[in-house]
Amino acid sequence: MHDKTLTELAAGLASGAFSSRELTQAFLARIDRLDGDLNSFISVTAEQALVEADRADAARAAGNIGPLTGVPLALKDLFCTEGVKTSAGSRMLDNFIAPYDATVVEKLRAAGTVSLGKTNMDEFAMGSSNENSFYGPVRNPWDPAAVPGGSSGGSAAAVAAGLVPAAMGTDTGGSIRQPAAFCGITGLKPTYGRVSRYGIIAYASSLDQAGPMARTAEDCAHLLGAIAGHDLRDSTSVARGVPDYTQELDTPLAGLKIGLPKEYFGDGLDPAVESAIREAVKVFESLGATVREISLPHTHYAIPAYYVIAPAEASSNLARYDGVRFGHRCNAPEDLMDLYKRSRAEGFGEEVKRRILMGTHTLSEGFFDAYYKKAQQVRRLIRQDFLDAFDEVDVLMGPASPTPAFDLGARKDPVSMYLQDIYTIAINLAGIPGISVPAGFAGGRPAEGRPVGLQILGAHFAEARLLNVAHQFQQATDWHLRRPALAEETL
Amino acid sequence: MALEHADVLRAAHLARLGLEDDEAAHYLDDLGRILAMVDQLQTLDTEGVAPLAHPLETTQRLRVDEVTETDQRDHFQRCAPAVEQGLYLVPRVVE
Amino acid sequence: MQWETVIGLEVHVQLATKSKIFSGASTAFGAEPNSQACAVDLGLPGVLPVLNEQAVAMAVQFGLGIHAEIPEVSVFDRKNYFYPDLPKGYQTSQMYHPIVGPGEVEIALEDGETKRIRVHHAHLEEDAGKSLHEDFHGMTGIDLNRAGTPLLEIVSEPDMRSAKEAAAYLKAIHSIVTYLGISDGNMAEGSMRCDVNVSVRPRGQASFGTRAEIKNVNSFRFVERAIAFEVERQIELLEDGGEVVQETRLFDPERDETRSMRTKEQANDYRYFPCPDLLPVVLDRAYVDHLRDNLPELPAEKRARFQQALGLSAYDAGVLSASREMAEYFEAVKEVCGDAKLAANWVQGELSGALNREGLAVQNSPVSAIQLGELVARVKDDTINGKAAKQVFQALWHGEAASADEVIEAKGLKQVTDSGAIEAMIDQVIADSPAQVAQYRDAEPEKRGKMVGYFVGQVMKASRGTANPQQVNALLKEKLDALC
Repeated sequence: MHDKTLTELAAGLASGAFSSRELTQAFLARIDRLDGDLNSFISVTAEQALVEADRADAARAAGNIGPLTGVPLALKDLFCTEGVKTSAGSRMLDNFIAPYDATVVEKLRAAGTVSLGKTNMDEFAMGSSNENSFYGPVRNPWDPAAVPGGSSGGSAAAVAAGLVPAAMGTDTGGSIRQPAAFCGITGLKPTYGRVSRYGIIAYASSLDQAGPMARTAEDCAHLLGAIAGHDLRDSTSVARGVPDYTQELDTPLAGLKIGLPKEYFGDGLDPAVESAIREAVKVFESLGATVREISLPHTHYAIPAYYVIAPAEASSNLARYDGVRFGHRCNAPEDLMDLYKRSRAEGFGEEVKRRILMGTHTLSEGFFDAYYKKAQQVRRLIRQDFLDAFDEVDVLMGPASPTPAFDLGARKDPVSMYLQDIYTIAINLAGIPGISVPAGFAGGRPAEGRPVGLQILGAHFAEARLLNVAHQFQQATDWHLRRPALAEETL
Repeated sequence: MALEHADVLRAAHLARLGLEDDEAAHYLDDLGRILAMVDQLQTLDTEGVAPLAHPLETTQRLRVDEVTETDQRDHFQRCAPAVEQGLYLVPRVVE
Repeated sequence: MQWETVIGLEVHVQLATKSKIFSGASTAFGAEPNSQACAVDLGLPGVLPVLNEQAVAMAVQFGLGIHAEIPEVSVFDRKNYFYPDLPKGYQTSQMYHPIVGPGEVEIALEDGETKRIRVHHAHLEEDAGKSLHEDFHGMTGIDLNRAGTPLLEIVSEPDMRSAKEAAAYLKAIHSIVTYLGISDGNMAEGSMRCDVNVSVRPRGQASFGTRAEIKNVNSFRFVERAIAFEVERQIELLEDGGEVVQETRLFDPERDETRSMRTKEQANDYRYFPCPDLLPVVLDRAYVDHLRDNLPELPAEKRARFQQALGLSAYDAGVLSASREMAEYFEAVKEVCGDAKLAANWVQGELSGALNREGLAVQNSPVSAIQLGELVARVKDDTINGKAAKQVFQALWHGEAASADEVIEAKGLKQVTDSGAIEAMIDQVIADSPAQVAQYRDAEPEKRGKMVGYFVGQVMKASRGTANPQQVNALLKEKLDALC
């Protein structure tokens, strides 16, 4: 069952080929057997999962079902889940049992899905390799020497390894798309405001957005439909109807105008990745799309702007972890200052501290205009690049990452790690949606290489279009059906 | 803009992060390189460009003034490190 | 040297919303600790704020009440600092684009003149919780019930020149917010709190001296006392060749002094930046106009109307318009009795005296405005005389009857204006007082006037106070003079 897509599993549940309990048990058994090496889960909630599965089976028997009833999935450990540890990958929240559910979690429950557990991640979603987790690194199912990407590395690895058919991730600068690319799965970052952020532990509030990670665009379409929508508890969520994202999946691509941003094919792009992407673009041409080069002239300012804005917001968002109301508290604090300084020094990992220091510094007196205000001005220019581009073309395409998954421990220098996100970060600054779909292997074949992700970008709220384009690509190719050796073990 | 040791200590203090001396030196080095990368922003002319705080320039929705929350103190304090008589405890605050 | 005092006030007003500024938790005062601190107020991981429309409306109403500019767009910023009663490690406030722009407040000075104090701006923000310093094994307890209560911070220009002016300004703000019903203005419960910026400069000097900020001065009286102390301290310091340090000071009402809040802390750096969880608040003109059209009459306008249309003195108009409750009471009395001046005299005289004696607020008066109005009407139409009216008032105050007429009837206080009846009483008094009549007769005519008083007293006594005193006076003179 583990090699089936979520859509196929939903069909199997509907036809009665298996029950949700059977499905849930099968995936739980697989997690039990295989996740020891992968480390993709922080918490597996087997008991609750079976309760939810039984509830889904009962609902099905009562005829009270939706398209996702009884489907198992996993949640990045950044989504608050009532009664379940919600750690954000941090020692700071190692003891935090969330007292409420995130809106996304409520919606998934209302849709009848079954949560198998909480997936590993870079601490507070800060990272591009999942090496910044208090719970240890996650291995890439395609190659245990490689990172799965980050920050939603656990979600990506779990799906790629067939431990779960789909998982929820969050994406602040590429944290869904880059691990999806590294692990050879499909991951969608929706338009900012499309999915409620309520109950998702904040990293950088003006950039964070949750989205689905699964095998196929079709799976993502089902999941996005379940989690999208206006939420009165999130002021930045958008009051806008949620279309049926599966409706347009089959629309032919003849006449589709594709733009290739020339800045996404420049220096630093791994030639093997480039050739996979160029091959993928040819597939679209064969489907009747036209392709032209586009310029996004401010692309190279995206990383600098991001590393001002995101750490600044993070430095403030993470101030609530003070050892008073929840989370880690140092032992026997001498006084209030000691309580703060030691609790936070012990609770946060190195990358989180680095970004807190960075954000605190750039917001402080005398620096605000030069850094924060400047970065926000640049942010406008970056967004304008995309708005201009979408006047010319329907979608933009390029690599999700300049390289395939790198080796664990290979990126020691923070700046070189940050540069990894060169093709994903601007999308968050602009707030537009982006999807990464499997588009081959750097090296040509699975045995010889690591997965490559094709990133497809659309205008604000063009998710249906992106899913359509991605789905058509997946009808014409089979990269998304490839499985790592690990996952091909049978139960 | 060159970063100095004192800047790191100042930021650490403002952020209430306890740092050992060698850690501070390490972060000084890292932050220096990150800021050098960030300083590319200064090469761009942004004269007259309005700062963009949110990717979608929409406006704040307002909530009706109703009490919708009930007392969940015990529930919320289950994850608190130190509580007594319903109060969160901290080392004595000197006014 | 002659010194001039320069004062500016930052007044924090808790807005009387039902729920908090960014959450649906109750704002009621006095609940069990932390029982009104919801997930949002506690700053739990993942929670988000949503702005209360009533807090916005109230802030705008205040702005309109001080004739301020209401900018179309206002923005919430985060003020970052660590404190145990500040759950998120930042306070959501408005630093750069406040909801209320420059305006002005008119204050009444003692000499009856008015002065305009400019308001720099007013902004919305969230209140913090409370630290309880009772000993919990050497620990401090934190109650976050107050966290997230909406505050309007009203920042004045340094336009006040004396402690009295500062107190008058604070009173004016108090009456505006209570008139508008946007705050209960209860300073004892902290609904209104005040930080005072004080500096002194040699008279005639254009630039300001270095100021000290006195935190949390929470009564009208304390404002005057804190300023008085601080001004004296600064002048003494300067005259001794010292310098005023820019610092935050705390007023200690028990010792009647301000003292430095010595902190080893480096100067705070709040790192303000726009709150990414909240979007710009945009007020459309129609909305603001609607609020403007529905604004109640405010104290300054009321004071002017009381003087101009009702003919009250500046003093009376000021006192009667000072609080919404007082003004409403007075206007109701006036409506019922139909005489503004009489109503003013009674409200400020008999009623206020009784209220003060019992320490009651006018809204808790045992004598309702209608009862008092009816009483005053009986004075006005000569049904009772002033002395009887006081008796009626006392009876009403003690709940002996439901209306003035009932008391008048029951006690037979109706004024006797029948001259036959009065003449009969006079004749009797004259007949009973031969010695006094003789004295009167023997006195110099110019001294007789004073001697009439004795006879008037006797006649009033005989009538149990109901005889019309003017009539008694006139008839007595006539009769006594006829005997001479």
